Amino acid sequence: MFSDYSMAELGSIFLMQGFAGLILFSVFLLMALGLAIIFGQMGVINMAHGEFMILGAYVTYFTSQFFLNHLPDLFGIYFFIAMVLAFLASGALGLLVEWGMIRYLYKRPLDTLLATWGLSLILQQLYRSFFGAREVGVELPQWMMGSIPVTDMVEVQINGLFVMGLTLAITIAVALLMYRSKWGKQVRAVVQNRTMAGAVGINTDKIDRYTFALGCGIAGVAGSAFTMIGSTGPTAGQLYIVDTFLVVVFGGAGSLLGTIASAFTISQAQSTMEFFLSGSMAKVLTLLTVVGILMLRPQGLFTLKVRH
Amino acid sequence: MAEKGKGGLESEFRRKLLMGMATIPALALMPKFAYGAGPATAEVNTTGLAVTDTEVTVGILHSVTGTMAISETGSVQAEKLAIEQINAAGGVLGRKIKFIQEDGASDWPTFAEKARKLLVNDKCASVMGCWTSASRKAVLPVFEQYNGMLYYPTFYEGLEESKNVIYTGQEATQQIIAGLDWVTKEKGAKTFYLLGSDYIWPRTSNKIARKHIENFMEGTSVVGEEYFPLGHTQFNSVINKIKLRKPDVIYAIIVGGSNVAFYKQLKAAGVDLSKQTLLTISVTEDEILGIGGENIAGAYACMKYFQSLDNPNNKEFVAAFKKMWGDNIVIGDVTQAAYLGPFLWKLAVEKAGSFDIDKIAAASPGIEFTGAPEGYVKVHENHHLWSKTRVGMARTDGQYDVIYETADLVEPNPFPEGYQ
Repeated sequence: MFSDYSMAELGSIFLMQGFAGLILFSVFLLMALGLAIIFGQMGVINMAHGEFMILGAYVTYFTSQFFLNHLPDLFGIYFFIAMVLAFLASGALGLLVEWGMIRYLYKRPLDTLLATWGLSLILQQLYRSFFGAREVGVELPQWMMGSIPVTDMVEVQINGLFVMGLTLAITIAVALLMYRSKWGKQVRAVVQNRTMAGAVGINTDKIDRYTFALGCGIAGVAGSAFTMIGSTGPTAGQLYIVDTFLVVVFGGAGSLLGTIASAFTISQAQSTMEFFLSGSMAKVLTLLTVVGILMLRPQGLFTLKVRH
Repeated sequence: MAEKGKGGLESEFRRKLLMGMATIPALALMPKFAYGAGPATAEVNTTGLAVTDTEVTVGILHSVTGTMAISETGSVQAEKLAIEQINAAGGVLGRKIKFIQEDGASDWPTFAEKARKLLVNDKCASVMGCWTSASRKAVLPVFEQYNGMLYYPTFYEGLEESKNVIYTGQEATQQIIAGLDWVTKEKGAKTFYLLGSDYIWPRTSNKIARKHIENFMEGTSVVGEEYFPLGHTQFNSVINKIKLRKPDVIYAIIVGGSNVAFYKQLKAAGVDLSKQTLLTISVTEDEILGIGGENIAGAYACMKYFQSLDNPNNKEFVAAFKKMWGDNIVIGDVTQAAYLGPFLWKLAVEKAGSFDIDKIAAASPGIEFTGAPEGYVKVHENHHLWSKTRVGMARTDGQYDVIYETADLVEPNPFPEGYQ
């Protein structure tokens, strides 16, 4: 298929393809970070993860509308404020959900699956009733659109760079929080042995609540960022949920490093195969590969040794 | 359940008196005609449909919840507007149209269940409904078994014809062929890259497009064809491939949320739609709301209707639609096609002089509707519509400029020879 093209063309296409793979990697990682905390650390199968993301997307939409109508001069920076608001909104909803539902289900993981799936349907219908069934278009400030031309063929997408930067920042923040802070130590202690953690004086209920809220908040930020590349509608969250679980499960629940490695593997596999095959086939092959590896390594790529 | 009378304030006499008094102000509002002045019910309804001397019941069957609500909302709004306008003008055979709305909930078995309810329990004289082909395929056996009449609004892949369905949208050839001819002639296009979401409509449509490009036009070829799972959100790889192959035309039939991702990423990747020709048959004004006008400006869409069509019918229609549903609303191709349903049914009933399904089905071919927002349309023997094909160019404000329309109505051909 490449015989018709010059070396220069091929070189630049592969460069751009590599960049496309990196963008996909960032997107997958950003999607999965929140769930890596909720599912990975807490063991809660949160089927409503996508809906928490979409709440972030809607918050971004309303923030953009507010800035357009009331503060047009500051429109260029609204996105940063929107991300903070998205974090707060999704986090607050997470607190509420944990308090009202999840905390009764910690010992019944399969029930959380059903309950959170029900929650996702409820949230979808609420979005539809309040925000309308139609998709909304989030307007971006001019500087975030388009691309930087490097050569004639090679162009670097600005929103891709933005997502990559954001993912890097959030990943570092989460890593520091989980592995370098006192709070993170408590979270990990609760994960490893809830009873003992309680016995040494950790308030496990509070840890649970804030861990869940943190995961949801990060989902909100991800949703906010994805308004740049995807759709914002009541059911758009469903588009992300499969890939998100795929990344977390494949990486090995409970391991941040595993999530990163898995997002990298899946995104590179998919983006390379998409280039050589058609989109649907690439997806099928990616899924087959993941299934194959999980058959050999059911615990995922990386796992913590946890005493139960 | 009705509450039992409690005497005193709620006594039956008082209620009757109040009911009687309530009609007094209504009398002032009575139009110049009176419902019930039409022919006798026994004559016009021999099969036990829900027709009385003053009323006739029809069904509206769309998804107002679930994934498809985003698309079907516009159709429901158009059908309600049409029914209201018909009633304001005297109804059908002197009878006021009453509608029963059911929710298909984006679930195909639910569609079949609700269709059965509308036909068997409610005896609806006709049903306006369905959007996706999957929902239509689910209700078709029900309509054929209980002999109902469905007015189906969406452009679709063709390969179907039923006595019990009137297809008010375009079948595939009506939407595809004229557009390809136009882009080849006007833009000198030689090479096409076909894209689609991975299900029956885009696949069948692209098949027809490929046959037309390869067999029916001179010197044109397909340089790529690809499908993506529904809901796919990452298009960077295929955009790179498109950049490498440099097709004259990107022919895109991507639907739903994927659309938004595709056009946003296309723009972000520096593909300038004012230089790269893109022709789509899946993006109406409705979809642009989600995509954002600035992301798709410059793309061409091939439809039969655009909100910006400049004719008196359409101006009236757009004004009435906005009056009923709010100023911010946009009207896409399918919404207009849904609006035709109740009118075509009314014309068929009047031509047949009867509400009987068999008589309507027989009377429908040849019916002409001059009041359509898209302009004059006519029902074909095969229960599809003769209609014009138009090409519009997307503007930044989310509307299309109509830049081409076929000189004549295009004949519907759901089973095109040489395209299978």
